[in-house]
Amino acid sequence: MTPLIQATNLARIYQVRRGLFAQPKPVRAVDGVSLAVMPGETLGIVGESGSGKSTLGRMLLGIDQLQAGEVRFEGRAMPELRTAEWRALRAKMQLVYQDPLAALDRRLTIASQLAEPLEIHRIIPKDQRPARVAELMVAVGLRQDQAGRFPHELSGGQRQRAVIARALASRPKLLVCDEPVSALDVSIQAQVVNMLRQLQEQNGIAMVFISHDLKVVRNIADRVAVMYLGRIVEEASSDVIFRSPRHPYTQALVSSVPVPGKLLEGRVILQGEPPNPANRPAGCAFHPRCSIARDICRSTAPVLRQIENRRTAACHIVADGAVPVAA
Amino acid sequence: MGAAKSNLVELRDLKVAFDGVQVLHGIDLTVGRGEALGLVGESGCGKSVTWLAALGLLPGKAGVSGSVRLEGRELCGSPRSTLESVRGGRIAMIFQDPSSSLNPVLRIGRQITEALALHRGLRGDAARTEALRLMDMVGIPDARSRFDLYAHEFSGGQCQRLMIAMALAGEPDLLIADEPTTALDATIQAQILDLLIQLRAETGMATVFISHDLGAVSQVCERVCVMYAGRIVEQGTVEQLFAAPRHPYTRGLFDAIPRIDGPRQPLVPIPGTVPNPKHLPAGCAFSPRCSRVLQSCHTELPPLVPQGDGRLLACARPVPLALVIHAAKPRTPARIVESALQ
Repeated sequence: MTPLIQATNLARIYQVRRGLFAQPKPVRAVDGVSLAVMPGETLGIVGESGSGKSTLGRMLLGIDQLQAGEVRFEGRAMPELRTAEWRALRAKMQLVYQDPLAALDRRLTIASQLAEPLEIHRIIPKDQRPARVAELMVAVGLRQDQAGRFPHELSGGQRQRAVIARALASRPKLLVCDEPVSALDVSIQAQVVNMLRQLQEQNGIAMVFISHDLKVVRNIADRVAVMYLGRIVEEASSDVIFRSPRHPYTQALVSSVPVPGKLLEGRVILQGEPPNPANRPAGCAFHPRCSIARDICRSTAPVLRQIENRRTAACHIVADGAVPVAA
Repeated sequence: MGAAKSNLVELRDLKVAFDGVQVLHGIDLTVGRGEALGLVGESGCGKSVTWLAALGLLPGKAGVSGSVRLEGRELCGSPRSTLESVRGGRIAMIFQDPSSSLNPVLRIGRQITEALALHRGLRGDAARTEALRLMDMVGIPDARSRFDLYAHEFSGGQCQRLMIAMALAGEPDLLIADEPTTALDATIQAQILDLLIQLRAETGMATVFISHDLGAVSQVCERVCVMYAGRIVEQGTVEQLFAAPRHPYTRGLFDAIPRIDGPRQPLVPIPGTVPNPKHLPAGCAFSPRCSRVLQSCHTELPPLVPQGDGRLLACARPVPLALVIHAAKPRTPARIVESALQ
């Protein structure tokens, strides 16, 4: 089966100048990332701030320009940015942001915001639009009397439902969700996560779910990729990676999740700060915080290798003797 | 619990209203010496407002009534000079966003020595030495060379450590940490929680930990208060509450947390949304969202009453203990267990 979306060796390098006369320094936000998402599958991307996960999501949609690598959607290369073909393709891939209030137009009613993508992409005739808007509102659990409301009149959870409804309006095949529930309260978060899963199962939508919240990702993703400083360090099915994380960074990340009733003792607490992408350590980027780092980790960057069936990791120690993955 | 310990802070019937809209409906709370108390609830439940009101940090338009006593001395309505000697000196507070709590145009060392001068009268070299000791204590590596840096030159986690160092400058008896780890990354969050536990063990100060994260609270605290819509709905030791949450809201909060272990199942959300304080439902504020609601819940407000096991509970039909023991197994929603038993 061909993947719905396939990314190969993506790179995004920002030139950052510190001070007026300083030489610009390259910041490798995303550095050689390859991934594939099958139709109907959910890929979770986790990592700390600055790991490049949001940039990666935007690159998949073509909002952030690629500086290297290639994105193929349904087997075809992505068309040039802002061309007619690109726009047509964008109807099939949609983005859901973290902050729904910023993503919605404050001066438009919910109904007119949901009708907008139908208009822009000329999806259905004008007279059928109100019916489709009503259908979308039902699908995300908004009441019909909320159609005429403005974003500020809705609660945070309802706003996020509206954003999701708008993303679904063009019947996309891929949804990129960037921290969609991080701003919501726990009780509301569970409502939105369940709704996303349900919509996905009903419509067979593939999803790239970007989040720093491992608990949420585990419950929604089929497969999970862990990013550290612009690179994927481990990727495996969601069940496997949380039950038995192999990469030392994944281990620390899983261990850092506070579980009610479990004490801190015995957990891996990472020392040090996440390094600055502008000042990437030599060798394995994780080695200054790694408890099992050896000499080789300080000099040579590990490549992503297959360490088990359907599981890859970029670590010299974990992947001893494993075969490198062809990029 | 704290019967042997003398109470450090006592809140009695603390009420807060903004523009005539009551957001805090009479909070009774005590913090013992050296105790670690957690305050849990969703946004808008009044967990931060409680302590801002207690320290007189709310804007003038807020109507605060009730009593706040620090070792028997009344703080509520006392003059500014009294409050200022208490704030920072006896009770210190740290906030969610460390980088906006630090002064961006003052060097870090200066900000810490300022606090030392104010609360402990230290000047010059003595203040500098003490500031360096505090920076070491909260785990700032190479404190000596970073004494003269600005806040933006530190990462988020280190800014929070510096905030904690400043809070410790007055050698407070009580540290109030308001969502101190919410803005931080997962691995840094674990470091800060670890630091708070360690500091409490070293200094013996009491801690109030305000958070919406039940997981984080369970690691730092001994006793937990769950708040909903401006009221405490359940209060007990961490063990009691985590082994057997009795209030349907507490129970719901536990069920709504996605788990990192066990089988993957659909989450169990609490239906509906947090009520608007302007239009609180009659009776129990949680009744419109409650799975165990009775007819009387819509009209009568259940009082917060002590239970046999020492916890406090405000519910007309709490989750029965026997059921809770069943349901405490990983990821069994209370509702399913209930229907199986009925």
